[in-house]
Amino acid sequence: MDFTFTEDQLAFREAVSRFLMMEAAPEMLREIWETDVGRSPDLRHKIAEQGLTALSVPADNGGLGMDDIAWSLMTQELGYYAIPDSLADTAYVACGLISSLPESVTRRAEWLERIADGSIRIAVGHAVNPLVADAHAADLLLLPHGDEVHAVPRSLVDVIANPSIDLSRRLGRVVWEPTSATRVASGDAGRALWATTLERGVLSVAGQLLGLAQRMLDLSVDYAAQRKQFGKPIGSFQAVKHHLADVATRIEFAKPVLYRAAHAVAHGEADAAVHVSHAKLACGEAAWLAARHGIQAHGAMGYTWEVDLQMFMKRVWALDASWGDRGFHKTRVAGFVLGDAARLGPGRTFGE
Amino acid sequence: MDLAYTPKQRAFRAEVRAWLADNVPAKPLASYDTQEGFEQHREWERRLFDHRLSMVMWPEALGGRGCDLIEWLIFEEEYYASGAPLRVNQNGQLLLGPTLMEFGTEAQKQRFLPRMAASEDMWAQGWSEPNAGSDMAAITSKAIRDGNEYVLNGQKTWSTRAIYADWLFGLFRSDPASSRHHGLSFVLVPLDAPGVTIRPIRALNGKEAFAEIFFDDVRVPVENRVGEEGQGWHVAMATAGFERGLLLRSPGRFQHTARRLVALYQAHREAAGRDPTIREAVCESWMGAEAYSLAAYHTVGRLAKGARIGDEASTNKIVWSELDLKMHETAMRILGARGELVAEAPDAEDGASWLEGFLFAQAGPIYAGTNEIQRNIIAERMLGLPKA
Repeated sequence: MDFTFTEDQLAFREAVSRFLMMEAAPEMLREIWETDVGRSPDLRHKIAEQGLTALSVPADNGGLGMDDIAWSLMTQELGYYAIPDSLADTAYVACGLISSLPESVTRRAEWLERIADGSIRIAVGHAVNPLVADAHAADLLLLPHGDEVHAVPRSLVDVIANPSIDLSRRLGRVVWEPTSATRVASGDAGRALWATTLERGVLSVAGQLLGLAQRMLDLSVDYAAQRKQFGKPIGSFQAVKHHLADVATRIEFAKPVLYRAAHAVAHGEADAAVHVSHAKLACGEAAWLAARHGIQAHGAMGYTWEVDLQMFMKRVWALDASWGDRGFHKTRVAGFVLGDAARLGPGRTFGE
Repeated sequence: MDLAYTPKQRAFRAEVRAWLADNVPAKPLASYDTQEGFEQHREWERRLFDHRLSMVMWPEALGGRGCDLIEWLIFEEEYYASGAPLRVNQNGQLLLGPTLMEFGTEAQKQRFLPRMAASEDMWAQGWSEPNAGSDMAAITSKAIRDGNEYVLNGQKTWSTRAIYADWLFGLFRSDPASSRHHGLSFVLVPLDAPGVTIRPIRALNGKEAFAEIFFDDVRVPVENRVGEEGQGWHVAMATAGFERGLLLRSPGRFQHTARRLVALYQAHREAAGRDPTIREAVCESWMGAEAYSLAAYHTVGRLAKGARIGDEASTNKIVWSELDLKMHETAMRILGARGELVAEAPDAEDGASWLEGFLFAQAGPIYAGTNEIQRNIIAERMLGLPKA
C-alpha cells in the first residue's frame, strides 16, 4: 500500500512546471487569445520538443507510455499555466482512445506516431459535450455516432464557431456525415471506448481545474501580501486570510481524490466512474471557491481585464461544466452511494 | 503508487476484525462522561491492552505492536467499523504519549507509557485557562522551582473528564518574569496531590464532561517536568501538532458515521426525500469522509518516505470537524421531529446516538485549537501571509 508518487513522477512534474513557467507566461497567452485560430504553432512545437505530446503514446510507437496517474500531475500543470485544450485532448484523451483501437485499424500507428512527434492536433467529440473543443484547428476529429467511433479528417466536417467567455477555449458545433470509411470501432467495442474516453476526459478537466485553483490561490496570496490598506497588507486581516485558507484546504483535500480516480482509470477498476465523478466535483468546487475568494481578495482589480486573475477564473467557469456538469457527476455518485450494492464505510477506500 | 495491501497487512486486518467481532460489548457502554461509564471504558481499554491492541503503533516493550502508520490506519478502520466503544484515554495516549516519546527521559517513558497504554493511569489535559483560550501564550498558572520541586499555583479549565482522571499534563509558567511563549514548562501532575481541587463543569449534554482545576501550592518533583525548563511551549506545540493532525481523528471514525448516515437516510427515505438537499448532503458526507481517508493514506505514504506533518495538519482539523458537524446536522434533519428525543425517551431512535453525536460535534470546531486559529495558521504558515 503506497498512495504516493515516485520520485521520477514528481521530478517530471517539476520539469514540466519549469518549462511552462518560461514558455507560457500570461502575456503570451493573452497574445494567443487575440489570434483567429487561438493556438500557437510555436508553443505547440516547443511542447512537442519537450516530449509532452508523447507522454501517453505507447513505447512501441515512439512514446513514453505514461498512464493516467502520471497525467493527474501533468494536467494540474496544464491548468496552472492555462494551456489551451488541444494539448490534453490530443496527447491524453485522444491518445488513450487511439491506442486502444485494434491493430486492424491501419492508421492507428501513424496517428500515434504523429501524436508523439507533435504533428497532429486531435479534437474529441463526446455525447456528454454539446460542442467540440478545438474542432476548427484539428487535423483529425474523433466523433461518436451512437456507439460507433469515427475518425474524421477536418476536411470532411463543417465547424460552426461558438465563442466562449474563456477566450482560450475554441468551441465548435460539428456538422458531419458518418460513413464506413471513417468508422474505426462500433458495437460493444465502440461503447467501451467511449466509456473510457469519458472517464479520461473528466480526469483531464478535473486535474486542470485543480491546477487553476492553485494558480488563483497563488495570485491571490501574492496580491494580498502586497496590497496595503489601513497601513497594512490586506493579507494580514483575518477576513482575507480565512478566505484564502479555505481555498488552500479545499485544494489539499481534492488532490488525493484526483489521484485515487486516476489510479482507478489506469487499472480499469469497477467503480472507476464513481471515483472520477468524485474527483471532478472536488476539483471543481475547489476551483470555483478559488475564483470567488480570489476575486474578493483582489477587490476591484479582480474585476478588471488587466489583472491576470480573469484568465484563470474564466477557464474554471468554462471547464467546470465540460465533460459532464455537476448534475451529471452528482447523479453518478448518488447512484453508487445510495445504491443497493454499495460497500461503504471504513476499510473500503481502496475497494477491499 | 500501489494500492494493494500486503499479505501481512491483510492478515493484520483479519486478526483485528476477528478479535473485535468476538470482544466488542454487545450492549453499548454507559457514556464515558459519567463515573460509571468512565470505569466501564477503562475496563474495555484494559482488554484492548491485554491483546496488545490499545496502542498498536507503540513498541512492543511498551505494550504495543510496533505497527507502522498503514497498519495503524487499518486498525482504526476495523475499530470504528466494529462499533467498538470510543477511546477514553486519548488525551494521554495520543497527545502526551508521542510527546513523552520525543521529549521524555528514559525513566519517564518507563514510568508512564506502559501504564498509559493499559489505562491504569488516565490523563487529563491542563492547557487552557480562563484567560488563555485561543491565546494560549497568555498562561499565568505558575510552577516555581523550590529545590527539587515545583510549586504550582493557578487555574486550568476545559479539562476533559478531569474529575475522573488520575493525572494531568499541563503548561505552567516556571519563570515568573517571563511573558508569552517564553518561560513555560511542561509538567505532569498527579490529580490526588494535596492542593489540587477539581470542580466539574457540565457540558452541553448535561454530563460532567469537563472540569476546572485549581492549584494551591501543589508540590510536584522536578522529574515530572517534560523537556527542558522554559521549553514548555515548544514541547506543547509538538503535541498540538499531533492533536490537530491525523492521530486524534483517524478517517475510520468518519467513514463509519457516513455509512450510518446513508443507512439512516435509506430507512427514512420517504420522509427525507421531501427535502432534496438532504439527499445531496448524504452524498457529500460520503465524499467528504472518503476524501479524508484518501488524504490520510496520501500523508502516511509521504511520511513513510521521510516527509514530516507540517502546518497542513491545520487543514485536517478543519475538515474533520466540519465534516462531523455536517453529518450530524444531516442526521438531525432526517430524524425530523424525533431528533430531539434523548436516550431515555422510549421513542428515541438508536438510543439517541445521533443526538449525542450532534451535541459533541458542536465542540469539534472549538477544541484542539478553534477553526479560526487553524485558518490563521494555514494563512500564515502554509501560505505565508503576514501576521496581523
